[in-house]
Amino acid sequence: MKKLEISFSPHIASPVDTRYMMTGVIKALVPVIIASIYFFRWRAVSVILTSVVASVLTEYAMQKLRHRKICINDHSAVVTGLLLALVLPPTIPLWMVFLGGVFAIGMGKELFGGLGHNIFNPALLARAFLMAAFPAALTTWVEPFTLDAVTTATPLGLAKFSHVAAPYADLFFGNVSGSLGETSALAILAGFVYLLYKRIIDYRTPVAYAVTLAVFSGSMHLILPDNVFSPLFYLLSGGFLIGSVFMATDPVTSPVTKKGRWIYGIICGFVTMTIRIWGGLPEGVMYSILFMNAFTPVINRITKPKRYGTGKQK
Amino acid sequence: MRFITFPGGIHPEYNKDISIRELLRRAPLPEKAIIPLSQHIGRPNEPLVKKGDHVEEGQVVGQSSSFISSPVHSPVYGTVSDVRKEFHPALGPVLSVVIERDKEKPQKNYPGCDSDDISNEELIRKVRDAGIVGMGGAAFPTHVKLTIPEGKKIETLIVNGAECEPFLTCDHMLMTKKTIEILKGIALVINVLRPRKTYIAIENNKRAAFFAFQKLIAASKQKEISKIELIMLKTKYPQGGEKQLIKAIAGREVPPDKLPLDIGFLVQNVGTIFAIYEAVYFNKPLMERIITISGDCLERPGNYVMKVGTTIKEIVEKHGINLSRDPKKVIVGGPMMGFAQPGMETPVLKSTSGILFLSGEYIKDLEETQCIRCAKCIDVCPVNLSPTEIVKNVKKGYWDKMEDLWVSDCIECGACAYSCPARIPLVQYIKEGKTALLKKKT
Repeated sequence: MKKLEISFSPHIASPVDTRYMMTGVIKALVPVIIASIYFFRWRAVSVILTSVVASVLTEYAMQKLRHRKICINDHSAVVTGLLLALVLPPTIPLWMVFLGGVFAIGMGKELFGGLGHNIFNPALLARAFLMAAFPAALTTWVEPFTLDAVTTATPLGLAKFSHVAAPYADLFFGNVSGSLGETSALAILAGFVYLLYKRIIDYRTPVAYAVTLAVFSGSMHLILPDNVFSPLFYLLSGGFLIGSVFMATDPVTSPVTKKGRWIYGIICGFVTMTIRIWGGLPEGVMYSILFMNAFTPVINRITKPKRYGTGKQK
Repeated sequence: MRFITFPGGIHPEYNKDISIRELLRRAPLPEKAIIPLSQHIGRPNEPLVKKGDHVEEGQVVGQSSSFISSPVHSPVYGTVSDVRKEFHPALGPVLSVVIERDKEKPQKNYPGCDSDDISNEELIRKVRDAGIVGMGGAAFPTHVKLTIPEGKKIETLIVNGAECEPFLTCDHMLMTKKTIEILKGIALVINVLRPRKTYIAIENNKRAAFFAFQKLIAASKQKEISKIELIMLKTKYPQGGEKQLIKAIAGREVPPDKLPLDIGFLVQNVGTIFAIYEAVYFNKPLMERIITISGDCLERPGNYVMKVGTTIKEIVEKHGINLSRDPKKVIVGGPMMGFAQPGMETPVLKSTSGILFLSGEYIKDLEETQCIRCAKCIDVCPVNLSPTEIVKNVKKGYWDKMEDLWVSDCIECGACAYSCPARIPLVQYIKEGKTALLKKKT
């Protein structure tokens, strides 16, 4: 007989491992990728490919340089590359995309110690970097299908600066200008349902985020009907959906406690709406999530559960 | 019907259908029995026999003067072939009595005795003499558990038929085959403890047992039995843990470093209750039990009545259970908290609920990777720990932090390690932390 294996209990493990979770996120992004290619054609294809290649190459190079185990087959770099591409404008020059991918993995992830050690969401951090370095390229938008035609503003930009609301149907299906993956609410919601069904993300953060955003914008809509549109508009437009479903739920950079995830989502909602209504920029999702990433350790500390058997007894 | 449960926990593949529909079979008497003198952590028993001695079935072969100990008996007529160190499934090599069976002698008969008016002292003495220990896993001496210290009172007795470990079906088998006997055993314990409430708790994947009890309780004229309340628990691991049962049934949490006794609870496994019944009504020592033999490497998995002391080797070679292929792991107990065995010479103990023979289909090669802070371990922990935080500190050797991370609360159920996507052996690290904390305290 073969030698018996011995190790500590438990002897069985859930089929869900890191790779399974990352692959799940990639699968959930498929509808979003299809929508982006449908609306922005070859631009979407080239930006996505550039970003993913840059991210995976950087991960490989950094791990090789630092003599660590090569873990590109956990697919986490692919997820980062995809997410970065999907929050970039369609017309962005590809070399900037490549730089963004290198920054996301190099500075955003590997420099902190690799997967699980970063404080900020790498894709969002890279977008913030590109925004600071190339503000013009990051705020140039085109209408769907008409790629090389005149530039336009995003629905949030139009709402803020021209008081024009895009039709809900266009917002829902994605027939509006914006970042590659943010325009189609339908595609993102399909991904959301998949992630929940596969139990890859927790519903708390996106639900808290959405409810806060709706309640806050709803009350402001009643107070300032001329400046603030209806809550549904804010839920469907801009980066809210892709941010709350795919970025705010990033396990690495969001709180570990259930209570903490509620708090995290609620404050994200407040910060986003504050920027959208009073800020100088039309959009605030990226900054609100990055801002809350920094608060995650504090939220973890204050929401630490009571020791078992020391709480209030029934 | 409402299924009650505790917060946290996991839903592994239960795999109970491998053995649950099999008949209860009686294994032939073992040719060789190994009786470890330590059955649990604590003072080991002294051997009362030496090499060459003839022993009778049921004869005490080891005991200790310490109160927290339980005697061990010979399960067969035979000759002591040696008193030497043998491998205990959890403790490693311990001094054991090795008995060769005398093949001429049959099994002993245990005539019933009238025990309806038995006094508490008499019952606890019988439980001790019969060597009864907790049969759910920890093997804590039952007479100690039944001896309630001055000033304490048991308000609630919970009979544990949860059997939440995957693969195991021995308690289910016992509950369906020995329903009335278990109820009579519970009545005995009720008479000792006089609790205000008595529950039998069963997970909702063992409905046959639930309905068997329901029918008999409704029909019973004995007032102790008719007052027993049946609880259908949600099937979830580790529902059968003492603290989790109390939380699910009464909503109460046992404080850190305290026993259920301190808040008026007592939990007994159904197997232990049945052993009490046999000891009181038949003066039969605890020398046999139902064991689930399961896994995907066997020709005849199922539930077997087996003598304590039977070695794993003999089980698979001589009882027709037969290995159909080489197992990757042989586990004594369940897959969540059981012990992987280095060899096949280990014997069945009083607390052995099952022996699993698992191939690579169930036992995967897992490689530890980096924590992604997904918090699954925190979500599933039934005692509010933050396993990932503990592991981070253990890896850095920050032993001073162990107390503040409440490592001593860990029940080692393994739910965290089971659900970890980074495949970190969390329980192993937490045990390290526990050991360090104990060393610091002493």
